Amino acid sequence: MSRSTPNILDRPLGGRGARSEGSVSTSAFAYLYSELVQYHQSRVASISELERRLESSGYGVGLKVLELLAYRAREYKRETRLMNILQFVSSAVWKSLFGKAADSLERSIDHADEFMIVDYEPITSMYVSVPSDLGQLSVDAYLSGIIAGVLDGAGFTARVTAHSVTLEEHEVSANNAPNANSSGSGSVNNNLPPRKDKAVFLVKFAPEILERDATLDR
Amino acid sequence: PLSERAPTIGTNEWLRIGSTFHSLHAIAAEASPLRLLGNKNAYGADDGIEEINAGGIVLKSFQTRTGVKFVITADPGTADIDYVLREIYVLYTDCALKDPFYELEMPIRCELFTQAVDLLIERVEKGGGAYHGSSKQR
Repeated sequence: MSRSTPNILDRPLGGRGARSEGSVSTSAFAYLYSELVQYHQSRVASISELERRLESSGYGVGLKVLELLAYRAREYKRETRLMNILQFVSSAVWKSLFGKAADSLERSIDHADEFMIVDYEPITSMYVSVPSDLGQLSVDAYLSGIIAGVLDGAGFTARVTAHSVTLEEHEVSANNAPNANSSGSGSVNNNLPPRKDKAVFLVKFAPEILERDATLDR
Repeated sequence: PLSERAPTIGTNEWLRIGSTFHSLHAIAAEASPLRLLGNKNAYGADDGIEEINAGGIVLKSFQTRTGVKFVITADPGTADIDYVLREIYVLYTDCALKDPFYELEMPIRCELFTQAVDLLIERVEKGGGAYHGSSKQR
């Protein structure tokens, strides 16, 4: 005997039109996120404070996403190695949140404790134009909060910051080709001008984490 | 913004033109002998001025359900103006309304919006015709 339709707050998101369970329209997210940013902006006095608030909003999401994905993947061992947890973040977490893996994971040449996760089309800044008087603000701070939450929850303390880096020439053409072919699920509206920058999430681990990883190597 | 042949006008001019048009639009809606019932069609509202045809210019207006009006001026004989207006509406919802830094009723300063509109006009101009300007106001 089935129960009567549950209260709308208890039903899963996505409704009748969702192609797969758990997907929501980009527009819905964009409007909600825009409100989140405006809410914080009216309560802070500086750009870095705004970024910090966005990061802490994302932090909680990161913790929960880690638990959820670990449970669903049915892996009984947790990650202890640095490279593995970074791979987990850039592929599994990205896939479950945005439908595709992160565009690249790199290690910084100058600093051994820094890694970069690159996304060419972060969902949070798809429709956002930052006015010039707010200069360096990156609204992707929310995403860096998510990354930090996942890493902290897994036991790797790290500081994650979001940066917008202008695309180099070869990357611009490489990105416009896939966008022209994509259609349907979760892809960009082709009327928007091609992005001129990519989002780079800089992950800086605490020194103890690197030492711990080095001892595990032996 | 838009076509190189279009004369450029300062922001204050736009605001003045905008408010004049808004008043004319409202007067026309009141002066109409027929009061349309349920005057919202699939894309927007039906009342008020839709098109002004003059010697060297055609001006078309598109009103949304919420009362926002998009006005575009073009060379007479340009095709697809309605399509452009509807696309601009879509761009407005995407770039301006989803931008946390855009305040409603203020002049739209979102870079993404201006770039997208420029791209749209370029795309349409390749199909012929010249557009002179578009302004948007409530």
